[in-house]
Amino acid sequence: MCFTSQFWQLTVAGLAIGSLYALIALGYTLVYGVLQLINFAHSEVFMAGGFGGLFLVRELVGDTAPGGAAAVLITTAGILGGALAGAGTAFVLERTAYRPLRRRGAPRLAYLISAIGASLFLYNLAGKEFGRLAIPMPDIYTSGTVFHIFGARVTTNQLVIAGAALVMLIALDRLVAKTRLGQGIRAVAQDAETASLMGVDINKVITLTFIIGGLLGGAAGFLYGLVFNVQYTMGFIPGVKAFTAAVLGGIGNVRGAVLGGLVLGLVENYGVACASSAYRDIIAFMILVLVLLVRPSGILGERLGRSA
Amino acid sequence: MSAQPVASTAATPNDLVLDVRDITLRFGGLTSLDKVSLTHTRGEVLSVIGPNGAGKTSLFNCLTGVYFPQEGEVRFYPEAGVERSVLGRKPYAVNRLGIARTFQNIRLFNALTALENVKIGIESRQKTGPIGAMLHMPWNRREERESDAEAFRLLEFVGLTKRANEVSSSLPYGDQRRLEIARALGTRPQLLLLDEPAAGTNPAEKRQLEVLIRAIAETGISVLLIEHDMKLVMSVATNVVVLNFGQVIASGTPKEIQRDPSVVEAYLGSGDEADSAAVPRKAAKKAPAKQPPATRTED
Amino acid sequence: MSNPTLERGETPGPGSRLPWHRNEDYRRMFSLLMVGLVVALMTGPSGNRDHPTDGFTGSWFHPRVLLFLGAAAAIGVLMTLYDRSKGAGRRNPLQPVIAPITAVRDRMTSQPLLRYSVYAAILVFAVLYPMTLTPFWQRVLVDQIGVYVLLALGLNIVVGLAGLLDLGYIAFFAIGAYTTAYFTGKLPVAPPFTLNPFEVVPIAILATLVAGVLLGGPTLRLRGDYLAIVTLGFGEIVRILAVNGDAFFGTNVTNGPRGAVGIPHPSIHAFGINYDWTLKSLPYYYLLLVLVVGLLIAFNRLENSRVGRAWTAIREDEVAAAASGVPTVKYKLMAFAIGASTSGFAGVLYASKVGFISPDNFLLLFSLLVVTMVIFGGMGSLPGVVLGAAVLQWMPQVLRGKVPPEDRYIYFGALLILMMIFRPQGLLPSRRRSRELKLSEEGLGGADSLGATPGTTS
Repeated sequence: MCFTSQFWQLTVAGLAIGSLYALIALGYTLVYGVLQLINFAHSEVFMAGGFGGLFLVRELVGDTAPGGAAAVLITTAGILGGALAGAGTAFVLERTAYRPLRRRGAPRLAYLISAIGASLFLYNLAGKEFGRLAIPMPDIYTSGTVFHIFGARVTTNQLVIAGAALVMLIALDRLVAKTRLGQGIRAVAQDAETASLMGVDINKVITLTFIIGGLLGGAAGFLYGLVFNVQYTMGFIPGVKAFTAAVLGGIGNVRGAVLGGLVLGLVENYGVACASSAYRDIIAFMILVLVLLVRPSGILGERLGRSA
Repeated sequence: MSAQPVASTAATPNDLVLDVRDITLRFGGLTSLDKVSLTHTRGEVLSVIGPNGAGKTSLFNCLTGVYFPQEGEVRFYPEAGVERSVLGRKPYAVNRLGIARTFQNIRLFNALTALENVKIGIESRQKTGPIGAMLHMPWNRREERESDAEAFRLLEFVGLTKRANEVSSSLPYGDQRRLEIARALGTRPQLLLLDEPAAGTNPAEKRQLEVLIRAIAETGISVLLIEHDMKLVMSVATNVVVLNFGQVIASGTPKEIQRDPSVVEAYLGSGDEADSAAVPRKAAKKAPAKQPPATRTED
Repeated sequence: MSNPTLERGETPGPGSRLPWHRNEDYRRMFSLLMVGLVVALMTGPSGNRDHPTDGFTGSWFHPRVLLFLGAAAAIGVLMTLYDRSKGAGRRNPLQPVIAPITAVRDRMTSQPLLRYSVYAAILVFAVLYPMTLTPFWQRVLVDQIGVYVLLALGLNIVVGLAGLLDLGYIAFFAIGAYTTAYFTGKLPVAPPFTLNPFEVVPIAILATLVAGVLLGGPTLRLRGDYLAIVTLGFGEIVRILAVNGDAFFGTNVTNGPRGAVGIPHPSIHAFGINYDWTLKSLPYYYLLLVLVVGLLIAFNRLENSRVGRAWTAIREDEVAAAASGVPTVKYKLMAFAIGASTSGFAGVLYASKVGFISPDNFLLLFSLLVVTMVIFGGMGSLPGVVLGAAVLQWMPQVLRGKVPPEDRYIYFGALLILMMIFRPQGLLPSRRRSRELKLSEEGLGGADSLGATPGTTS
């Protein structure tokens, strides 16, 4: 096979990028859980996180790479900054593009169009405000090989991404499974009407769901910016891929989104080794179409409102 | 019951329109239909009754391609000597075989006029494609005229001529019921499935419905009727099948059914207040003849 | 039908005692002020990568912000006064403007004479007026408006009539354009025979039809919102293939990002007519006018035929449509294919008019732009869609020099949201559509075919 020679190297890279997809995919899946809608503007939440983290980090980093404990702190700050920017964007998004329609009971098509409008608005506004050229993240640390596993190099960037993603994924899983808010989200996902009769404040749960999705997506935006660049159009491709991951795992299913993200990251990397990196983005679309044809409910199934 | 359609006089055991054999439908661990069999003679009005949750609507959905039962067979005879299997076909394909249906919770095309609603049914049998329609070919215009004429005829048949150009969502409830029947008749079915057509209608509308069902049967169309309202069933049905807990517990003429102790048991023994209206005639008189329209979410 | 309506928001009556910040008037004032800030930002100076806050400071810490806030506050006060004067019955403040237009339209339906004279007047205007324009505006009329009117008319079939959201619509435009480039011999791979762009039309229509069926066939069976994302992906695949097609398994097929140059103009040499289109825009304009009028007639007939009615039925209640014998997937596919081939047709015209195509002509943005036109004009309404495309393509040209051209998409995005909130039926709504939207808000019917769940329908 074409990928066997670098199998472990590709696996490491695939898992790293896959955990980013997983973080973004959760945003789609959570919102889908409570609203049964694809939040087309989620890619802009991701983009906002990239810019938020970038500008914060740029303030904190001086002319030289700080290194050491300072680097850890600044990276954490960047992740938090990205997460906050993402959450803020998601909150505004819900308030302006979704809630007015919900109050009126608009048909589904209206939500999709309004979300696309929001996406168009946000990324072009970002282009206007922050320039349309790609901006590199300042050097917080020098990314190099940290250690080898099965002969594959594991870089600092990959460790940071995977580590941060893991922490957030565990936190989210606990949140959905254990807290009152998680209970509310699951209740709304299963049956919004009954949940509201049982005293769940649906509007609040929806807002908070958007915010949680925004936190994860925004953090992912910053992490993505660490490796690639930050640009106003950066959300689109990872957004579609993360959506693919969500569908692949079973949309609405929290653990499915994580699994879908990792699988997609791996398949994409193996696929690139077989074809050409020019077709990297096509692979995800092909997978999406295949999944929808063969098993539209995804690997783990659409268990709305279940954390497992 | 004296005014039975002529078609049923010729009925022999071989002249079936529908033959349901041992269908079993399960949802997970729940068995919704358990080896249900029934035969429907061409031209007769067969009524399926049973308490709430007995599996009546599930049966309907199996017959119309919405659910696929795990076991059993459903054979449909569009005309004598022609046999078609119903199971495994999609809803529109089942309709094309000649089985039309209405819905328990009325499902009209709300933004279209009454006339247009009926035309949708009629036109599903026409041939004009998009190109013919765009070019306004002569045969397309002819089909359009035929469709209009047929739709008006059907609206007249169900008594809605005056409302032809009204938006269907603005019609009164009983009219919507009859419009749905007209739309189903537009597809020229041999078998018409009516899912609780009397639910939510007032007594006057019920009488109109009774007349309408008889008139449909007289045109030679077989009618399979799910109904809660015993009075209606007893007056229009040729034969009755009783379902309870997904099983057929009795079948026969309305008179036989009324006397059947297991049927009385099923209704009275269930202790379900809401179903008291569905008790055979004598019992029904004691209970207020109020129809529970609350079952509209079942579909 | 699973409607994402979770709660029909609380609408407290006017005199009800609520904390001030929950009072409708204050909430509206707050929203208006926020909108004022956003508009100030949208119209303000741009920032860049080194000065990311310039845009914000330049619009919010600058006297001009007061203008926007003042305007927002004034509108808020006026609206409140308007409500008070009308009492509890809040009506659409635009009603006085809209009412006469709808009145004319109603009369047009009942009086054929009036209808045809209005059509004739519009046609005469459309024939004569462009002659008075400068070459620049004539070019805008063809390259920008004419081509996009065609695109919007095609997408209207998909979105407006069948209720399917196609976000990769421009891909079919690309397929049409590249087919033209190929058969006129302007791609690196030589065609078996070279053709005049007119002769390419049937081939391009066929090619896009096939592409539409191939894409739609599998996906149209799925839940409607999946279609949106799959078409989005398809649009990108086509573009990426075009960009990377200069090294497609070692051969240069599409000439990559440089695109195809020198695509010839169409010409007619038949039935004793010999005519060559040239660089001049006006002849193209009349060609497009004939085509658009032809399509308007054809699509209007289509809408009022059994096919159009079947689409409406599917949009409203897919289950009931299937139960009435309508093969739903087949009809959706039909809409999808008709839309796709219209787009491909527009692609041929565009390629031969401009003479040059590259992957940059087929960005996702343009798909969204066409969607915006259809929504803005009025889904399912032919005059609305033409108007929507014309206005949205004309505006940026008027604002040229005043607003940076890249900024237009900010406005389009905002326009989409505003339309969905305040006027989902569009500028000149189709009667059926506005009825549906109204009913859907009352909890009846679907207004799109996105609500169906897999398994319940064919």
